[in-house]
Amino acid sequence: MKDIFKNREVWLGVVIVGMIGAITLRSPSFATPSNLGQIFNDTSILIILALGQMTVILTRSIDLSMAANLCFTGMVVAMLNAAHPDIPIFVLIFIALFVGLILGAINGALVWKVGIPPIVVTLGTLTIYRGATFVISGGAWVNADKMSPEFINFQRADILGVPVLSLIAILVVIVFQVFLTRTPLGRSIFAIGVNPTAAVYTGIDVGRTKFVAFCMSGLLAGLAGYLWISRYVIASVEVANGYELNIIAACVIGGISIAGGTGSVGGAVLGALFLGVISTALPVINISPFWQMAISGSAIIFAIVLNARSERKQGRIILKKAETA
Amino acid sequence: MSIAPTVRHIPDRLDKAITSTLLSWESLLVLVAVAIFIANSLASPYFLDAYALSDLTFNFAEKASIALAMALLIISGEIDLSVAATMALASTLMGFAAQYGFGTFGLVMIGIAVGLACGAFNGFLVTALNLPSIVVTIGTMSLFRGVSFIILGDQAYKGYPESFAFFGQGYVWGVISFEFALFLVAAVIYWFLLHKTNFGRRIFAIGNNQVTAQFSGVRVKRIKFILFCLTGLMAGIASILLTSRLGSTRPSIAQGYELEAITMVVLGGVSILGGAGSIIGVVLAAFIMGLVTFGLGLLNVPGIVMSIFIGFLLIIIIALPILWRRFGWLIKA
Repeated sequence: MKDIFKNREVWLGVVIVGMIGAITLRSPSFATPSNLGQIFNDTSILIILALGQMTVILTRSIDLSMAANLCFTGMVVAMLNAAHPDIPIFVLIFIALFVGLILGAINGALVWKVGIPPIVVTLGTLTIYRGATFVISGGAWVNADKMSPEFINFQRADILGVPVLSLIAILVVIVFQVFLTRTPLGRSIFAIGVNPTAAVYTGIDVGRTKFVAFCMSGLLAGLAGYLWISRYVIASVEVANGYELNIIAACVIGGISIAGGTGSVGGAVLGALFLGVISTALPVINISPFWQMAISGSAIIFAIVLNARSERKQGRIILKKAETA
Repeated sequence: MSIAPTVRHIPDRLDKAITSTLLSWESLLVLVAVAIFIANSLASPYFLDAYALSDLTFNFAEKASIALAMALLIISGEIDLSVAATMALASTLMGFAAQYGFGTFGLVMIGIAVGLACGAFNGFLVTALNLPSIVVTIGTMSLFRGVSFIILGDQAYKGYPESFAFFGQGYVWGVISFEFALFLVAAVIYWFLLHKTNFGRRIFAIGNNQVTAQFSGVRVKRIKFILFCLTGLMAGIASILLTSRLGSTRPSIAQGYELEAITMVVLGGVSILGGAGSIIGVVLAAFIMGLVTFGLGLLNVPGIVMSIFIGFLLIIIIALPILWRRFGWLIKA
């Protein structure tokens, strides 16, 4: 029983439920199932992106180019849809996944084969991908009236009362939970984050595993690219500008250590939901949305302090066990 | 029979062959800069004009001033992503003070003080609480800019005193702008600090091996704290320059400056992993980025396409020496 409360995810869950409870006191309609479902739906894209970022962060890397990848992929599918409205939606989603994967693989290859530090690679590709969006679109926007109804409505459709967007997020969460905890590749992603040297001696190819992690984050950024564009029904060069830091913030709040090797799918989901609840709640309790940035900034700093403390505590517990043994 | 102890002379620096100087990072950057300069003057007839070239300096002086301090910070193995947010906060508070009739001197003091305070806050979180600087400064980046948003919302501050415009728009001597002169002075100061003082040697020591530095008596935390303060200070100064140049403040001011400043530092040959780099490299990288954006601007290339060029430049210039080391033997053979 005590162990449950040592668990990071449980605490974060309690904080989120507490927040929802406090807001409901001010505005009783906040905690209705339909509104909570709406919050999850609004946060779905951030959840998907956070899982990709987490996979990269676990390997002691960072992907600053996810938002730019999303922007580029979104523009590609939006332009394809505008030019050829008859392309089926599943083909477009497949193209989004593929383009995202390629962009992620470019990052991964530069890290793996050339050996440039990930932060430098993705800092460079961040500007390149966003610039490339401008080049392919010529700076023009793709508006709602140019997109086909199928393109816009696919993710809004309900299956058993749950929007497709939420279902996609849930599916991604399940797949990543299984991938990271139940497959050799997923475990090796954790292993190279905890101790790269030891990972090499156990026969894990560190560079290749990092490459795979970048491919994963690219793949999910591509998926999010389609979802974002069809949700906000506008594709422009400015889409998701600066969003890369929100993604990292969700991961940090979710207890994923920037030093690699520590983190869980549940943590990333809760970190994203935390930010989602805040951004939905502020207008409800009559706080100007301009407060959101400062609040999430404070939340990040608070979460890092907490992360650092829990990591230190773990160290002490190991020593105590060693003493008693 | 006693053996006289042999006195060994240990040089501060090893003698360098002339070829290694020629093959150094700085010479590569000089070559790139000269090539871009020539290409620019061939491509546009307006390029080789004293006032055009002076305008060029406005392009990078603010970011480059931050890059100088950022270089020291990155060499010590830390990073500060919150510099642009610091600029926004400093600019907002200067605008706030200007509403209440503060004079130019007061505004400058406020800009510097806010910059220092933001830097000190980052430094405190990183050194006193042992937190990783990359996430701390992502947090403070939201926090500082968030405070600007709380104060300003969708409003803007205008109405700065007339004499305040000098910092961003004035010229000190002929076509030399105040911004550029300030950048040159700052570059000399930071060059001296990094390459000619004990403090600078300690920064390299920390970046190469923090634990060894600690055991050698280097006060790692104090030095890192000072470096965060310096970076904040430079962000405050850059904020004064930018606010004065634009004459207005919005909370979204200086968005994306942090990545450009870091790009300058990395392009300048500073190792992102810490422990290596030079101020001359950073200054050259600043010139290169200024020349590229200005030259392409004269050719009516949109800013976002220039950023592709900068992105490629960053990756290629970093990749070249690595690939050279790996595949250089193929060319020789």
